[in-house]
Amino acid sequence: MTAVAAQAAQKDRRRLRVHGADIGDRIYEIVTTACALVVPALVIAIAIAIFAAAWPAFAKLGLSIVTSSDWDVSSGHFGAAPALYGTLVSSAVALIIATPLAIGVAIFLSEFSPLWLRQPIGFLVDLLAAVPSVVYGLWGIFVLVPMLREQVMPFLRDRLHLGATPFFSGPAYGPSMLAAGVVLAIMALPYISAVSREVLMAVPRSQREAALALGATRWEMIRDAVIPYAKSGIVGGIMLGLGRALGETMAVTMVIGNRPEISASLFAPGYTMASLIANEFSEATNDLHLSALMAVGAILFIITLIVNAVARWLVWQVSRGRVS
Amino acid sequence: MIGLTYLAAVLATLPLLLILWHLLKKGATSLSLEFFTNMPKPVGEAGGGMANAIVGTLTLIGIACVIGLPIGIGAGIYLAEKRITPIAHAVRFLSDVLNGLPSIVMGIFAWEFLVRPAGHFSALAGGTALGAMMIPLVTRTSEEMLRVVPVSLREAALALGYPRWRTSISIVLRTALAGIATGALVAVARIAGETAPLLFTAFGNQFWSTSVRQPIAALPLQIFTYSISPYDEWHAQAWAGALVLISIVLVISLAARFVTRSRFGAPVD
Repeated sequence: MTAVAAQAAQKDRRRLRVHGADIGDRIYEIVTTACALVVPALVIAIAIAIFAAAWPAFAKLGLSIVTSSDWDVSSGHFGAAPALYGTLVSSAVALIIATPLAIGVAIFLSEFSPLWLRQPIGFLVDLLAAVPSVVYGLWGIFVLVPMLREQVMPFLRDRLHLGATPFFSGPAYGPSMLAAGVVLAIMALPYISAVSREVLMAVPRSQREAALALGATRWEMIRDAVIPYAKSGIVGGIMLGLGRALGETMAVTMVIGNRPEISASLFAPGYTMASLIANEFSEATNDLHLSALMAVGAILFIITLIVNAVARWLVWQVSRGRVS
Repeated sequence: MIGLTYLAAVLATLPLLLILWHLLKKGATSLSLEFFTNMPKPVGEAGGGMANAIVGTLTLIGIACVIGLPIGIGAGIYLAEKRITPIAHAVRFLSDVLNGLPSIVMGIFAWEFLVRPAGHFSALAGGTALGAMMIPLVTRTSEEMLRVVPVSLREAALALGYPRWRTSISIVLRTALAGIATGALVAVARIAGETAPLLFTAFGNQFWSTSVRQPIAALPLQIFTYSISPYDEWHAQAWAGALVLISIVLVISLAARFVTRSRFGAPVD
């Protein structure tokens, strides 16, 4: 072969090889990057969809959406204050019940439990997160609410004499803020527990051994050396549970009683923002009604966005050594 | 104090066992072959079933997988390769945020883009809402499964002359496929039980329908409608439906645990 032909053949080979790999690589880059960018695009699309649809209600009703208690479709008043109150209170009750239990389980699993028990119990607690919320609601309606109405509420109100306080007074209907709080506690528990367990196990041995070497008892070691180290992660886990409780719709709708009124007593039925949207969305008649529901959705979106972002940041801070 | 943690452990495992116990007790009696093959009957007639709801749930899961799996796996591949770039951090963060959004917000999103312009409810809208919920789950599990694959495998393929895209797909992805499939199954289990996004997208349907452009029944929707009704027969059906739903979820969760544990030795928690 002549030198010129050999050179041309080599250039062809080189061009072919680089060209083939180049195109494949470029397509691969474009496709995977596009897929990854769907995630931020989705968040932005959701935000735009909700706020654009909610804008008419915000413009017409202004702050009365969150300050007024008068939700009257026919006269155009849309005050969702009871729903906002209900969301915050039911989530607060849920956290008060769930946090000690979840942290207790996490401490048990990371410190005291025998090795053979660790996996099964951890699995059972994590499985609570997998149960669909409508199943929680079903169980809530037919098991939890009668139990509350017939045993727990009279016990709290009469036997423990908590009925003297405004929080436990009133007739025991059954469907109530307390019922919603208990169901939400069960649903938030696995999230708090999983994160707490992870951060507690990530505390270095040196911390534990140092405390024990200084003469601390087992419990003192946990209280003074382990928990403060894992504190921000645990708070992150709590906020994750809070985020779940704030947005939960079905189980709450089925047990809270759906009464749009603000009441101090936990025995009284209540309302949450998610239940409000779930109950009325498919039947919204006029545009203002729909826009008002979207406005409630927008408020819910913002609250859960902030809570989840803070939770994520806190948990990320603890595991900053790992790229997570 | 230590005793309190033991008590906490007992109290935390109690609700699950209670729920399973009640589901078995009340649901098993109404569970029969008719439940899976018959259509819902009017109140008072015996022998109703939830066949249309079960098929509806499968249809919705199918649509959701078509949307959620390719995007989720693609995003997972991206995150596993570009680990610490700013875009990767942002995508990871937003993926977790998306994961934590209330499911009803996803329903509102699908309603705004697919139901309002079309003027009617549809299975497509319901499937899209569920697919959007699948994306962050699949992304995270895919990324973690791909990261577990040893770097030496990728380097060996590159050293042998494979182009980058071929290494990623034929070597790395194939090695992690079992884990990714498991992650996809877990995501499916999660969205199979979601009701809130379907309330005003798929809407539910009393009749047999598999059309993508029509409202469609779904198992969790049916359970919800039946459980808030005043009829005892429907309550019994709701318990049976809940038993079926939670059995599917439990089986998938157990299988996922088993698969991801035995794959690489150490338990992947």
